[in-house]
Amino acid sequence: MSHKVIVPIGPYHPLQEEPEFFQLYVEGEKVVDIDIIIGYNHRGIEKICESKHYDQIAFVVERICGICSSSHPYAYVLAVEDILGGEGAVVPERALYIRTIIDELQRIHSHLLWLGLAGHFIGYNTVWMWAWKYREPILDMFEMITGNRNNYAMFKVGGVRRDIKEEDLPLLNKTLDELLPALEMFRGAVMDDPVIQARLKGAGILTKEQAIEWCVIGPTARASGVNIDVRRDEPYGALLLGTIDWNVVLQKEGDVYAKTLVRIFEMQDSVNIIRQCLKKLPNGPIDADVKDIPPGEGIGRVEAPRGECIHYIKSDGTNRPVRHKIRAPSFMNVASNKVAAVGGTIADATITLAAVDPCYCCTERVAVINRSTDKKIMNGWDLIKLSQEKTNKIKEMLL
Amino acid sequence: MLNIIFNYLIFPGFLFSVCIGLIAGWFDRKVTARLQWRKGPPWYQNFADILKLLGKETILPSSAKLTFLLAPCLGLASLVLVATILGRNIISPSQGFSGDLVVVLYLLVIPAISLILGASASRNPLASVGASREMKLILAYELPFILSIIAIIIKSGGAIQFGTILNHQALFGSNIFSWSGLIAFLVSVLCIQAKLGFVPFDVSEAEQEIMGGVLIEYSGLPLAIFKLIKAMLLYTLPVLLIILFLGQNLTMLSVIGKFIALLIVIILIKNTSPRLRIDQSLRFFWRIPTLLAILAVILGYFGL
Repeated sequence: MSHKVIVPIGPYHPLQEEPEFFQLYVEGEKVVDIDIIIGYNHRGIEKICESKHYDQIAFVVERICGICSSSHPYAYVLAVEDILGGEGAVVPERALYIRTIIDELQRIHSHLLWLGLAGHFIGYNTVWMWAWKYREPILDMFEMITGNRNNYAMFKVGGVRRDIKEEDLPLLNKTLDELLPALEMFRGAVMDDPVIQARLKGAGILTKEQAIEWCVIGPTARASGVNIDVRRDEPYGALLLGTIDWNVVLQKEGDVYAKTLVRIFEMQDSVNIIRQCLKKLPNGPIDADVKDIPPGEGIGRVEAPRGECIHYIKSDGTNRPVRHKIRAPSFMNVASNKVAAVGGTIADATITLAAVDPCYCCTERVAVINRSTDKKIMNGWDLIKLSQEKTNKIKEMLL
Repeated sequence: MLNIIFNYLIFPGFLFSVCIGLIAGWFDRKVTARLQWRKGPPWYQNFADILKLLGKETILPSSAKLTFLLAPCLGLASLVLVATILGRNIISPSQGFSGDLVVVLYLLVIPAISLILGASASRNPLASVGASREMKLILAYELPFILSIIAIIIKSGGAIQFGTILNHQALFGSNIFSWSGLIAFLVSVLCIQAKLGFVPFDVSEAEQEIMGGVLIEYSGLPLAIFKLIKAMLLYTLPVLLIILFLGQNLTMLSVIGKFIALLIVIILIKNTSPRLRIDQSLRFFWRIPTLLAILAVILGYFGL
């Protein structure tokens, strides 16, 4: 049978609630090719950032993604602090610990969210509801510490905005203690259930060579045995001080099962890191009160729940960056579906597409194309030039 | 004549089985919700859903309109007949006719076939994937299902009639309390899970994969009829199991109790497993349940 049929997943599809478009070319049940089309949700955040001053940008980049909403501001403040001489040189010690606590809490909530969705995608709605139930106390902790459940507004250049109060610590510790048995239960549910194993094992295999070739990052890479983790390779926050004891989680198989295990183990690790941070939390100021950003360039790298998130800032000494470049982790991971999902069945393809934990609103790129000739009228570089011209014009008007 | 029409359309046929089926569907939703720490809908939710669908526009595909519309009616008509035959047998076992078990087995396949017909008529690629999955699923579960029923027939002295099976159970105790009956019962519970289209065997609808698959092009009245078919299956299949395996002492109260117990078993299976792929379902049904059903037939032959 060589009759190819296109099975569309997206732009609006019950599988993933974000606008993305996968065209599966199928023969019967078998997926023989896949087209990945993104670009339904481009918001021009980089351009917006160039018109805001340094304090405002932290709030803007927080809204790139609602799930990793501390990774983007964190990477951004790291980039700015890179211009100032590095996070360790600028930020007070207590703020470093608080930053790590927020970052790791976010990893737990993001991975629990993914775990629930993965359960939903293989038709296991009980896992979906249970995982999200255990995610709820984490969001409550966020509300207690930062005042917000999802966009935390914690990060600012030179420190954090809010302190963790002494009287909140017992409840925070208690929540973490109660989360551990739940994580252990999920680990058991995945590792002991033959039906889950039948569905996940061998689905969407991405070998180590393929993982390196397609430049995947984060849990997707670690499930394929690629030993990368920004937290270890270029530590930040409390991990910079070397007082925290933790490990990079690695699996070899590269299938969806390995990706699930990596995420579950990472959640357990995150709980471990947060507990150590809470124990060692030093007293002192939480903000260095940075006044001016000198001219220069800086890069901030953060291990977001989905992988390495990079922000680049170029400053010319004014209160606004000249250039702000963002690379979100899903941008690297989504493309790897081209090898991971092809060759499996439609049923495997859906869970494989979801297994990289894709997040499209941070991944969007734009290019202007002439439809009749299919030629690019404007690529990324042209758009940057256009935006810089406009920024300069505005600056001249202001001066 | 009037009596037959009453039986067919009102009790225990169409109206009664639809109402019980919709309430059983609500029970399913409520128990599922409680298992998942949700509240669940009010008891009339499924009735409201059907009513809402009746008021919606029916959109027809440009091809094969007649088949597309007739398919759900075919499934509904056959299920009403099943409900009537089963209901009359429960009320008084002597009302059956010779061979009614075979008739019911045939009629119970028709809803699945009507799904395949309707899906194929709609010419949607996703529906065709769903239809091919449904077809493979029928091939998978019918074999162990019929084998397990053959075990019961052999055990009840070779009678292919509900009345005789019920009388046999009234004399010698329910079939489930013998080895062959127990094994056959377990196999049939798995098979009706697939017949109902519940997780782990809901591949033909699989909303995350093929967006409702077989039902994707249906809307309005035809979709409501398919929902009614699902609801009636949730009534007729447990009742069929009650007659075949739990047939002793069929008073009003015990039938309701057994029905709810069976529903809970079905709902628990539905909520504690992920969806199997179609090839895995096929392999599963043709290995363990089929072998078990053959074992049940052999045991039944020796009267165990």
